[in-house]
Amino acid sequence: MKAPGYIFAEALRNLIKKRATVLYPYREVEKIHLPDGFRGKIEFDRPKCIGCQMCFRVCPAKAIEIIEDERGKRPIFLIYRCIYCGQCAEVCPTKAITLGKVFENVALRKEELEVR
Amino acid sequence: MSFEIPIGPQHPIHVEPLMLKLKVEGELIVDVDIDVSYIHRGIEKALELRSYPQGLFLAERICGICNCAHSLCYCLNIEQLLGKEAPPRAKYLRVIVEELSRVHSHLLWLGHYFHTLGFETLFMYFWRDRERVMDMLELMTGNRVTTSYNVIGGVRRDITPEIDSKLRRMIEHLRERMKYYEAAIRSEPSLLGRLQGVGLLKPEDAIRLGTVGPHLRASGVKHDVRLDDPYSGHEEIPFNVITYDTCDCYGRVMVRIGEVFESLDMIAYALDHLPSGEYRLKMPPFFKAPVGESLSRVEAPRGELIHYSISDGGTNPFRYRVRTPTLANLASVAAMLKSRGDYEVYIADVPAILGGIDPCICCTARVIITDEGKKTRRITTLTELERYARERGVRM
Repeated sequence: MKAPGYIFAEALRNLIKKRATVLYPYREVEKIHLPDGFRGKIEFDRPKCIGCQMCFRVCPAKAIEIIEDERGKRPIFLIYRCIYCGQCAEVCPTKAITLGKVFENVALRKEELEVR
Repeated sequence: MSFEIPIGPQHPIHVEPLMLKLKVEGELIVDVDIDVSYIHRGIEKALELRSYPQGLFLAERICGICNCAHSLCYCLNIEQLLGKEAPPRAKYLRVIVEELSRVHSHLLWLGHYFHTLGFETLFMYFWRDRERVMDMLELMTGNRVTTSYNVIGGVRRDITPEIDSKLRRMIEHLRERMKYYEAAIRSEPSLLGRLQGVGLLKPEDAIRLGTVGPHLRASGVKHDVRLDDPYSGHEEIPFNVITYDTCDCYGRVMVRIGEVFESLDMIAYALDHLPSGEYRLKMPPFFKAPVGESLSRVEAPRGELIHYSISDGGTNPFRYRVRTPTLANLASVAAMLKSRGDYEVYIADVPAILGGIDPCICCTARVIITDEGKKTRRITTLTELERYARERGVRM
């Protein structure tokens, strides 16, 4: 058995290495690299929507409500219920729904967390 | 003169609520009572109220760390019910993501285990390297933890050449790091003192108590669902089942380190031999399953995971049952915590022994009947509960 302190050399080496963490909320936010397929906050393209309500029917978290506006039936996305599974984006026949790269979903009022 | 010492439901050594009532004589533990029912989430019932494709996302959230194993087990179960099979490319992609999640789970456990033992340096190093694995999971599936990669009939995304090369680089990096950690753990007397000879579980006891996973393999029993019942192309991918015959906490650490190497080899093999073709069957967004029942088994990072479902021909399962590995392993914790003969367990060994099974309590709750008026609590058995349900005419 070796003497204690096998890890000591590695610890010393790490003293001169670059920091592994990111000072996330305050600085270096640009260092956070999100891949292309990231599933973040839903983005909705109203002109593409044909009002088929498939997204409403497949949503496992009941995060989608259907309302009527001047162009017919359309969904609203309640982000505070969303589990980011991406089922709605997958089932949408016209690709009107995509999952974007926004992951900071904190708000003081509920309405701010609705995608219309 | 004996005392009762409660550890939990909230305690620094627990990540999740768990109650250990230790009966001690001096420093020695002579008896233990384990209560796991502090988190009851009603997931099995909730699964009965969701259609098959919707239930997948709930099944995935039974456990955050083994979400891949849960979603794979659910998919295998429903595919078996429908009489379908995922295409070969999907099977290999499933293996890649499953093994990635096993590596991430084992690194998380190793880091956390050394943290409970008080070795913070290794905790930091393991978790730093785990970030590389998490980045790969994010790149492949779209999220760090909840991957949502497996779907009924295949997987969601294909692999690109960019991901392929990044995965290979990650494997090389991690192999080097794991070699260093293995040597570091073997040569660190302060760690060996806390691990060797602690929490002895003989092979015959391990089998008798129904232990599963790395915990069982650390007792020298060669049991692995991937080997015994290949479920996702494991009959084609070569791998070794790591066993260790020291039967103590040291063996549990070494088995998991060995499994990380094996998982990395499996990912490399799957990348080299990835079959071409479809990676997903065309499935309608809603479907009915034929009447029948099905059972699927998956080797989750913590051990054997079992999903069982009954279909009555509708769009939802009639009954869904999940048996998680922690529940199987908790019985052995009670056995390991009791001093007998020259095997002595001290209070200071509790974190090492409990941590050794990689406990994940939130998947584990049991039935307890609490009588508010009489202020009594008692744990029921399944037969008792069935009789009670029949008397009251309630569907179980």
